[in-house]
Amino acid sequence: MLRAILQRLLQGVLVLFVLFTVTFFLVKKLPYGPFQQEKAIPDHIRAKVEAYYGLDQPTSVQYFKRLGNYLHGDTGLSLRLEGQPVSAIIAQAFPTSLQLGLAAMVVSLGVGIPLGTLAAAKKNSMIDFGAMGLAMIGICLPAFVIGPILAEIFGRGLQLLPAIGWEPADPRSWILPAITLGLATAAYLSRLTRAGMLDTLSQDFVRTAKAKGVPGTTILLRHCLRGGLIPAVAYVGPAFAGLISGSVVIESIFQIPGLGQHFIKAIETGDEPVILASVMLFGTLIILANFLTDLVSVWLNPRLRTR
Amino acid sequence: MPRRFLFLAAAALALVSCSRETQVERANREGILILGNSGEPKSLDPQLVTGVIESKIINSLMEGLVADDPENDDGLPPGAAASWEHNDDLTEWTFHLRPEGRWSDGVPLTASDYVFSFHRMLHPDLIAPYVEMLYFIENAEAFNKGEISDFSKVGVWADDDLTLRFKLREPVPFLPSLTRHYTWFAVPRHVILQHGKMTDRFTDWSEPPNMVGNGPFRLKSWKFHDSIEVEKNPHYWGADQVALNGIRFLPIENPYTEARAFFSGQLHSSYTLPPDLIDSVRKKSPKYLRQEPYVGTVFVRLNTTRKGLDDPRVRRALGLAIDRAALTEYVLEGYFPATSLTPKMGQYEPDPVLRFDPEEARRLLAEAGYPDGKGFPRFSVLISRPAARASTEALQAMWREHLNIIVDIQNKDWGSYISAQQSLDFDIASAGWIGDYLDPTTFLNLWTQGNGNNNTGWSNPEFENLLDQAAHESDAAQRLEILRKAESVVMAEQPILPVAYYSRNYLLRPEVKGWHPLLLDNHPFKTLRLDP
Amino acid sequence: MSTAASSPASRIEKGASLWQDAWRRLSKNRAAMVSVGVLAVILLACIILPAIPKFLQDPGMQSLENKNLPPSAAHWFGTDHLGRDLFSRILFGGRVSIMVGLITTMVSVTIGITWGAISGYVGGRTDAFMMRTVDTLYALPFLVIVILLGAVLEPITGHVTEFTVRLFTPSGSSAAKANEVRTAVEPFTTLVPLFIAIGALSWLNVSRIVRAQVQSVAKLEFVEAARSLGLGHLRILFRHILPNTLGPIIVYTTLTIPGVMLFEATLSFLGLGVKPPNSSWGILIEEGANRMLSNPLLLFFPALFFSTTLFALNFLGDGLRDALDPKSSKD
Repeated sequence: MLRAILQRLLQGVLVLFVLFTVTFFLVKKLPYGPFQQEKAIPDHIRAKVEAYYGLDQPTSVQYFKRLGNYLHGDTGLSLRLEGQPVSAIIAQAFPTSLQLGLAAMVVSLGVGIPLGTLAAAKKNSMIDFGAMGLAMIGICLPAFVIGPILAEIFGRGLQLLPAIGWEPADPRSWILPAITLGLATAAYLSRLTRAGMLDTLSQDFVRTAKAKGVPGTTILLRHCLRGGLIPAVAYVGPAFAGLISGSVVIESIFQIPGLGQHFIKAIETGDEPVILASVMLFGTLIILANFLTDLVSVWLNPRLRTR
Repeated sequence: MPRRFLFLAAAALALVSCSRETQVERANREGILILGNSGEPKSLDPQLVTGVIESKIINSLMEGLVADDPENDDGLPPGAAASWEHNDDLTEWTFHLRPEGRWSDGVPLTASDYVFSFHRMLHPDLIAPYVEMLYFIENAEAFNKGEISDFSKVGVWADDDLTLRFKLREPVPFLPSLTRHYTWFAVPRHVILQHGKMTDRFTDWSEPPNMVGNGPFRLKSWKFHDSIEVEKNPHYWGADQVALNGIRFLPIENPYTEARAFFSGQLHSSYTLPPDLIDSVRKKSPKYLRQEPYVGTVFVRLNTTRKGLDDPRVRRALGLAIDRAALTEYVLEGYFPATSLTPKMGQYEPDPVLRFDPEEARRLLAEAGYPDGKGFPRFSVLISRPAARASTEALQAMWREHLNIIVDIQNKDWGSYISAQQSLDFDIASAGWIGDYLDPTTFLNLWTQGNGNNNTGWSNPEFENLLDQAAHESDAAQRLEILRKAESVVMAEQPILPVAYYSRNYLLRPEVKGWHPLLLDNHPFKTLRLDP
Repeated sequence: MSTAASSPASRIEKGASLWQDAWRRLSKNRAAMVSVGVLAVILLACIILPAIPKFLQDPGMQSLENKNLPPSAAHWFGTDHLGRDLFSRILFGGRVSIMVGLITTMVSVTIGITWGAISGYVGGRTDAFMMRTVDTLYALPFLVIVILLGAVLEPITGHVTEFTVRLFTPSGSSAAKANEVRTAVEPFTTLVPLFIAIGALSWLNVSRIVRAQVQSVAKLEFVEAARSLGLGHLRILFRHILPNTLGPIIVYTTLTIPGVMLFEATLSFLGLGVKPPNSSWGILIEEGANRMLSNPLLLFFPALFFSTTLFALNFLGDGLRDALDPKSSKD
């Protein structure tokens, strides 16, 4: 077990290195730079600013410099919010994104899995159609539609919840963004859970259990849920890494100071240090999330343990 | 029973929501103004930024030699300087600072602070992006470009603690107005040197809690993409007249989000209002709607190095086929049809040369060798922000209808959009310009050869001559006359097609008092009051 | 044994009857059959109606003074913010969205299934390598890749367009005719390469789901049985394992389509999707969402078409899953 974990860790480091390198060179290939603004800075001044940040050096030189700094734990300075350390930006934005992502995870797990299980148990009944219809609404109405609608109704119309803004200490301000962000994932999860459950329900051991007279609910929750969750779990890892690393759509609809806005703005301006740091953070989350979900899959599916 | 329960629950909810005061109500009680500010500022160091977003916040933290007038764009109320005078040909100016002037940490503000500020901004090592705003000062450009290294040769001197003297390279009748721009503000030497060398870029001096200014407010907190808060500055010379206890700037970029925030009681004023919401606001809550002229122009940039667009007749034909009245009535709602390049400002009003005349447009196009659009190259119009999409689609349809030519619309991400224009790698582009100060040169200078914002490949010696003449003309009326001539040269050749004049469409709560329409939109915060 | 259907001896005759069985079961599923009907109507409307000359109003024809009209006999769904006929914009846009959805999903599902199945079946180092590749691709900044992709693809699609225009323009016809042809083919010639590329980048979730399913099925008795019969790995994988994992794959496929259709709108705002005034369901929904307060119909009608199509696709997907489930024959 320990060996497997160590192996995985080593692979993770390798992934991060590849990610670092590929991202760095991709960003450098963008057809614009951080000091090309709408209101043009005179060329001689722009050249000086670029030299100040070492952007006039060959890309490979810049790469090794950045790599060296990263190895010393230095992520550099933002080029868009000039002078701000990238680490400070992320330290300010990530807790918000994490909090929002966790709230959205609660929504998506709390809604998605029960809904999918229910639909599978009552297959092709009105309950099934109702539950799956609900899920489909979550998929057909993207966040940029559902978010403003929720904000209009509960924020502006009924004045029950804040229409915009994020107060770390006020759960009322989390509700609308978390629902908006979690809804699509909930919908995917419920669809995948239903499909996985149906596959398990038609397997032999279930028939045997049924023949032995084991009650339906027991079969469902004791025997089937494990196997039925396998596809959902495979989806959950990266989905959750995505949820907690910020979503620009949600952040822009509800004015939330998360990572998503920084990331998009950084891409828009070619702010390589911020892009790189965000990607490295996201990469780490992906690796961790996929590792965890793989562990969960092994737990769900004892046959895999023999490996 | 369940029904009664539901009723009770609804009543309880209603009670909860009634007893909870909105952000604005609370802010009214606390004397805090909450403003939408459309985006995250890059920095608050006035010498290192270029944008409008930054200027709003900086204007609350700092004050120029001359202050902004709450009611009148041309008004020149004294700011950090109590009075000023100039010589006959407007090249030498003396400003007398207020003796009671203080930085927000209580340190006296002196003329040598100003000299330090200009020295810092002009120093080649600081690499100030907007330094050209100071090139009006004699030898400033030479010092900034490293041609001279002795700063005492640059035309700004402190004769004593309260006397600041400028020598300019040319007559600048609008100098007092210019000193209201943040590039002309003083920065605190004693604080900057505490946090680094004079020419260090982006040190901590301009961040909370370090930042010190000479304005009516001082910086309290800054959370990225969340808010910037400023509070009343007790050391400000006019502190007893400042009514607000503080201002909270919210960097809400999405205008629809901003409108929602406003209508749910979270903002006193929005930065903008999307054109397609104007109609419904006008019907449902007209008391909040503000529509005011603004010194900005929406235009279409033409790449005059492209075959076809290099012919002025073609460019004029494209311009004549634009039905500006229809555009501003149905698409760019609230904007005004452009009649020339520069919107009316102060004493300056250019000849209204632009009109809608499809007949003449077709004639010109035929004359240029494309009768009925035959053989006309298929160009692309470059756009970026979704807001430009509808108006460009309308242009596309007008050109198709009136000239029988087809243009494509090429949407690009913001970075590529900017970069394509600056490298002349485009045919036609949708663009806009907001004036920095109240003088037509803020629009006309763009079209000189080598100006970084020209991006049309167009230049004209006669036009440059006229601008040069105007720069050396010390009679104000005569100068504007020359500039009007210069503008007519641009309009005869039309390297750009002006479409509409911006208007400031925004939402404002009636309890904000002392807020008047202003062309430059620089509302002095010190005279605002909240009176719910 | 429910696995009898896949025993090698009876493969050929059973193979045929498997599909017949499936069809028989599908045709009994009322929700699925209704969905087939709905899909057929929408597909035909989007593909055939715009192809009939002069039948629909020109979706690019503006009449500014007639903007935001309510539905009427002249404009069944009313007009949009520039006075264009919304009904014909939805049908023309549907062509683009349906094509984009199908191409991208096909590409991404094909790659995803192959990658996930091999990874899950082979296991060991191969699995580790393939899955860490997936991790890396997950984390790469998609938007940066898309912007770069745009820059790379632009000249290529330009050539493809030129070629196609020449192909469809009779020699000696006027420039106006060529322009017309170009307007008609451009949405497709620029989109197809792009969405093949997007599909090639968005198979990651599919591969993870397939891998998990393959791993769980690979240890079941009937696979062991097939192995002990000495069947080749490819045959075991594609003949015996994959059919038993179809449920989640079909479900995920039907979920990919709406995601891609909406993603097309995002891309077009980056200049990579269809060019204005051409449209797609994703663009119409996004533009409608922004104008939700001034004219909610601009959101309602496109969203209605979009949702109806996806509901139908999903119920059809569920029906297909049931019908193809090799184990459900005894239910």
